[in-house]
Amino acid sequence: MTDFINLLEKAHWVWRETLAIHRRAPETRLASSLSSIEIFVALYYGGVLRFDSANPLNETRDRCVISKGHGSICMYPILADLGYFPVEELQKVCHTGGILGGIPDPVIPGYETINGSLGHGLGVGTGVAFGLNRKGSDRSVFVVTGDGELHEGANWEAIMFASQHKLDNLNLIVDNNQISMLGYTDDIVSHGSLSTRLSAFGWECHEVDGHDVYAVRAALSKMKESRNSKPKALIALTLKGHGVPELENAPLSHILNPKPELIDTLLEKAL
Amino acid sequence: MSIKPLAMRDAFLNRIWQAMLQDNKIFFATADFGSPVLDKIRADFPDRFVNVGIAEQNLINISAGLALEGYTVFAYAIAPFITMRCFEQIRVSLALLSEVRPMNVNLIGVGAGYSYVVSGPTHQCYEDITLMRALPNFQVLSPADHISADALFDRAIGTMGPKYLRFDAQVLPVVYGSGVPNLDIGFHVHRQGSGVCLLATGYMMQTALKVADAFSDSGHKVGVVDLFDITHFDADEMVSLLKFYKGLVTMEEGFRGRGGVDSMMFEFIARRHLNLPILNLGVEGGYRFELGTREELHEQVGIGPQYVKRSIENFIQSLLI
Repeated sequence: MTDFINLLEKAHWVWRETLAIHRRAPETRLASSLSSIEIFVALYYGGVLRFDSANPLNETRDRCVISKGHGSICMYPILADLGYFPVEELQKVCHTGGILGGIPDPVIPGYETINGSLGHGLGVGTGVAFGLNRKGSDRSVFVVTGDGELHEGANWEAIMFASQHKLDNLNLIVDNNQISMLGYTDDIVSHGSLSTRLSAFGWECHEVDGHDVYAVRAALSKMKESRNSKPKALIALTLKGHGVPELENAPLSHILNPKPELIDTLLEKAL
Repeated sequence: MSIKPLAMRDAFLNRIWQAMLQDNKIFFATADFGSPVLDKIRADFPDRFVNVGIAEQNLINISAGLALEGYTVFAYAIAPFITMRCFEQIRVSLALLSEVRPMNVNLIGVGAGYSYVVSGPTHQCYEDITLMRALPNFQVLSPADHISADALFDRAIGTMGPKYLRFDAQVLPVVYGSGVPNLDIGFHVHRQGSGVCLLATGYMMQTALKVADAFSDSGHKVGVVDLFDITHFDADEMVSLLKFYKGLVTMEEGFRGRGGVDSMMFEFIARRHLNLPILNLGVEGGYRFELGTREELHEQVGIGPQYVKRSIENFIQSLLI
């Protein structure tokens, strides 16, 4: 089925929905959600991830740990569209009685873990991958982080652990938008080349244009299928605030809220 | 017949080893910290044992991941490191996450209080009760000897949710020679008394019994109670116990007046409207670097047997008992 989904159209729809959610709930982080849209579209619509929206914790699912919580508001329309919760919830983001907050919690069907406090998802995802491995399951784990988040040292404890234990069922996706809250990560604490670093830690690394949804899907499918005793990382080069000129390349885009009229104009143009 | 004392951890790890024989969903994780019984676990169950290295943050996150996949997890390290190095991992990946996912993770911290006597304040642990009881869904268990530590295994394996077990690093004299305590009550009355009741936890039970003996020699019968379940004790039973006393002495190997058992009992007594004066005995002042035996160090910080006895004498006088 998934082969017939036009991923470009889907990504464009998710982009519009994410803007619309932000228009209604300006507390949501827009720029970092716009950089990860194609990653999630490839995972959920591109046939990469095995999931069961009717039974989100089904044992046969692949596990998707969304560590960059604030930057996954684009998951709300995706999960609603896939039937994890009623689409009406999208109208109630950040409102009393709704389930979708400014930072997603695991009370939302489809979210595996606690998100928001950065630097925990990869460690927990590594524990999940280790557990699956030890109980003989062939399911895969995907963990989505930002690049700024990789400043948290606990990530590197997990990165060392994953290669030591040959967790080839673990796939890290770095939404490498190169900007954290106060500016460019290169100016704050540079990662240099993340591929070089992770390779030195024993990981197999792939790089991709993170806004080319078909390229992201191809890379993720390849990573998932390869069981060569190495954990995998996809470094997805992305643009924070993708598609909103006022946010693209703005070092403070994480905390910028475009004016409602601007969002209305963008949404009209995008129809 | 006297029971040979063991290290708490060896008694507890032995129970884990036995349970692992029967139940293949038990996983043991350590942050490069061992014991002779642990050697048996890693030799016999290599697929359900992992040493994450000196990496407590990862110890917690890996344990959380294993628990999400259905394992009952025991995570093991030195007490200050398994509580304080990784406190936010504990908060986020265990306390918060276990509110919405069934998880059974048991943190075993070895080295409560001054039990690493000559290692100084990095390895000693006087803040853990305060920190761990601040997490509303954590159960904090603090046994006084290896028999009660052994008994608490049943609570660890049989109850879902995150737990912290604080073990002494030394082999302590047996306190529960006459049998295991009732885990549901959460505390155990070792001596009935009148006037003043000593409520101690962990190693301080040793001091409480010693001081109670001394008072007994001079005709004062003080009560001695071991509080081994700091967070989930039976509150009504506690009220029934305390209402027969005229004064309460809390005794802990942790900082005094900083949110430990002392603060908890203050709150408890106030909430229950008990008219019960309290004397809090805990580590006074701040961090210290002196060397000495455990008893000598205890005397310096206000929890040694001599100091405790004098303090209680003054307390009794002030109560006009």
